Amino acid sequence: MKYSYYPGCTLKNKAQDLDAYARVSAKALGFELEEIENWQCCGGVYPLGSDEIATKLSSVRALNDAKEKGQDLITLCSACHHVIKRVNDDMKNVDDIRNRANNYLQLDEPYAGETKVLHYLEVLRDVVGFDKLKEKVVNPLTGRKIGAYYGCLLLRPGKILQFDNPENPKILEDFIKAIGAEPVIYGYRNECCGGYVSLKEKEMAKNMCDNIVANAKDMGAEMLITACPLCMYNLNKSTDSELPVVYFTELLAEALGVKEEVAGK
Amino acid sequence: MSTEKKQAEQIKEISGVNPLKCMKCGKCSASCPSYNEMDIKPHQFVSYVQNEDIESLVNSKSLWKCLSCFACVERCPRDVKPGKLIDAARQIVVRQKGQDYLLADEIPELLDPDVPQQLLVSAFRRYRR
Repeated sequence: MKYSYYPGCTLKNKAQDLDAYARVSAKALGFELEEIENWQCCGGVYPLGSDEIATKLSSVRALNDAKEKGQDLITLCSACHHVIKRVNDDMKNVDDIRNRANNYLQLDEPYAGETKVLHYLEVLRDVVGFDKLKEKVVNPLTGRKIGAYYGCLLLRPGKILQFDNPENPKILEDFIKAIGAEPVIYGYRNECCGGYVSLKEKEMAKNMCDNIVANAKDMGAEMLITACPLCMYNLNKSTDSELPVVYFTELLAEALGVKEEVAGK
Repeated sequence: MSTEKKQAEQIKEISGVNPLKCMKCGKCSASCPSYNEMDIKPHQFVSYVQNEDIESLVNSKSLWKCLSCFACVERCPRDVKPGKLIDAARQIVVRQKGQDYLLADEIPELLDPDVPQQLLVSAFRRYRR
């Protein structure tokens, strides 16, 4: 199965691991990620104003590219996923945005939300299947106690993201079980890490991450996993730096026995 | 039409929110991870728009404390979306000349070697035009 793949700006720079481990794991699991040519940055945050059009065009271009190839679009970074999924919903359901974006883009055929947007985790759950993933694991991470950190962007608003139950998600816990480790449930797993405020209000984001890390440790987590480079950055600024935070794709590659295929690891 | 009335209409238009749907249950403020940092709390924000007290809103530090985490949007039983109202108020500020909350000149001193690109693009998008 071949998918269009949208890596996003951070995965080409500070979060190269998130990307590299996802690529080798996809290969091991038998699906192909075809990077969209000349993709443009999604902007990092979904433009909330109903009159925002120009800020959504980069997402529409990626979505249309996938449509023209007849492929589903895979994302990996939580922020890219959030933005592209919501813009796709606008293009499908909001006449004014769809008309204005298409008037601007002048595509051969107007885009109207036809592309299916999937997060990499959704491919693991819904296409590969966690049962099948479990069968492909060669290095089960037995005995590791791992806390899933969801944050906001993958889950909310639940009506549009349709990723998992936004108040009581389980996709990452099921993933942790599939790779042979033990999921640790803790209350702060879907609380915000502070997001973009950490640029100007470092103390505020740090306090929020202190709560998350303390709660995860209290519940017995020895490690946190995330899909978001900004969550990882903020969590790493927490006072308690003893709790490692890694990308879920790193553990996936480790469990599949392909971690060493990533250069320099 | 007074400036404040006009701005209130503008906020409703940009956000697509009807503040009259609010039943004052306070769930948004109870869910907000920035509650302690805000001078005008999310549920109050909705009332300020209803009452067209926009002067207070555009000067509120809450505009810069909202994280767009969508906890209020998710949990509102009346689908009012307070986070979208706060963003619309932020928009009517940053869309004016000289009202950016983040300047490019500030960036070098805010950087550290680990800052992800995502943080910079997100902050620029929320804090300026």
